[in-house]
Amino acid sequence: MAVWVFTEEVDGSVSQSGLELVTKARDLGDVSVMYVGEGSDEAFGALGAHGAGSVTHLDPGSTLPGAPAAAAMADAIGDSCSLILFGASNTDRDVAGRLAARLGVPVIANALDVAVNGGVSVTSEILGGTKAVTTTSEASPTIVITRPKAFVAAPSGGGAPVVTAVDLPDVGACAATVTASHAEESEGPDLEAASIVVSGGRGLGAADKFALMDELASLLGGAVGGTRAVVDAGWVPYSYQVGQTGKTVKPDVYIACGISGAMQHVVGMKGSSTIIAINKDPDAPIFGIADLGIVGDLHSVVPQLIDALKARD
Amino acid sequence: MNIAVCVKQIPDPATPYKLDPETHLVVRPDDQVLDDTDRYGIEIGLQLAEATDGSVTVVSMSPSGTLQGIRQALAMGADAAVLIDDPTLKGSDALVTARVLSAAISRGDYDLVVAGTESTDGYSGVMPQMMSELLALPCLSFATHVETTDAGLRIKRQTPSGYDEVEAALPALLTVTAGVVEPRYPTFKGIMQAKSKPIETLTAADLGVDTAVTQCVQSVEPIAARAAGEIVEDDGEGYRRIIELLETVKVI
Repeated sequence: MAVWVFTEEVDGSVSQSGLELVTKARDLGDVSVMYVGEGSDEAFGALGAHGAGSVTHLDPGSTLPGAPAAAAMADAIGDSCSLILFGASNTDRDVAGRLAARLGVPVIANALDVAVNGGVSVTSEILGGTKAVTTTSEASPTIVITRPKAFVAAPSGGGAPVVTAVDLPDVGACAATVTASHAEESEGPDLEAASIVVSGGRGLGAADKFALMDELASLLGGAVGGTRAVVDAGWVPYSYQVGQTGKTVKPDVYIACGISGAMQHVVGMKGSSTIIAINKDPDAPIFGIADLGIVGDLHSVVPQLIDALKARD
Repeated sequence: MNIAVCVKQIPDPATPYKLDPETHLVVRPDDQVLDDTDRYGIEIGLQLAEATDGSVTVVSMSPSGTLQGIRQALAMGADAAVLIDDPTLKGSDALVTARVLSAAISRGDYDLVVAGTESTDGYSGVMPQMMSELLALPCLSFATHVETTDAGLRIKRQTPSGYDEVEAALPALLTVTAGVVEPRYPTFKGIMQAKSKPIETLTAADLGVDTAVTQCVQSVEPIAARAAGEIVEDDGEGYRRIIELLETVKVI
């Protein structure tokens, strides 16, 4: 069976999502990848080492990838493709939606697992991750958007893939232009890879209180995250956001400070090995999933914790 | 600028959602509300229309008959609504929804189509992009900031490491994140005026749309909830419990 994986380059490298999807796809069939970005032998080699047999490379230049990548992919996949896997990033969603409308097939989103047994069967989460729904599709191909970290990337020992560069399709009036890119770098380890995450919510009260999160995270060698509410309030950049529309993290320890535990947030962190929550409200839903819950004022508990950690050094 | 804003009426998110055991569809009560995340699209639509002497029309597909959420959108200041209210649309997926909304929008003359990035209840997060393809429009997606240019719009678009500045000419489709603008609250006057604003009601047959859904739900299972651990009231020594746990799991 022919399986396609879409992936967009992130900061000049192949994305973690792309390697995870290729790892999964190689168990389902012959893997081809649509790679959007500048591209490099290193990136293509990594995809091959995880099981991709061929890579179709589209460099979008300054064009927003959604429309041209969907057009290129519709041409590239051919008639025998029965499954296309996407990650959950913004560009993945742009391309998946446009491609699905172009091909007249549905998208099954928020997938946790994909199986092939005659047809394609997809297990995805609904209602904030409280229920798992198994769906089959009569359409071909079936387009699936998977949740981050649904699969674990592992090399297969595969060699370099066959790489085919394609020209940027002319999408006419559908074109949008990227005129500048800005990085909002956070300090410390990468949020998605960190073994300890310290996250702040509305309970912090003000943007400058995030300094407490920074200090605690730095003492523990961890990364800082936040809820959608604090990102929307402009306290921290979007790159900090943990949850449904942000990053999914699975650290050894997740420390939630002033976070109520809305479904939207929990879905992005409930896979953490140990969850510690500090919140004033004893009825906060976060206490329902915490291994240790401290009902108290984070503005006194966190500074005490910081002092105690400093005293150990 | 004449603007269509796509909105959705959903069961109140503060209430627990139930699934129909036969159809596996979300049970939709009569008193559905405006999806809170749609208020950002309505607000940006109102601001762009006000700056250009244009208009805002909300467009919604609502198979179960209530108008409460539509009235909320009109009370914020939208001029009119188009509602596709049709029991045959129950169980529509994102593609059918995109076809229906696109067909309704094609009947009007809009410079801009606005939507949220995803609904709160279904959150597949691809419906607006499907519409952009069906309507042959550029998709200015995941905007955290919007401004007008001579030819169209410039946005800040969320990326994994920060944001891109992206431009497109009109007509275009725009998806906005919560936080792009501060939505206004309806005034008393707005609430009163909403009652007399025009709401056009259409069916799928009026639009000539293929409403066949090609995905089939086989089963729905609960996902095991994480068990709650120990909850302690902070007596000034709560931080010690955290230290002990961090030691136990060997991260310090």
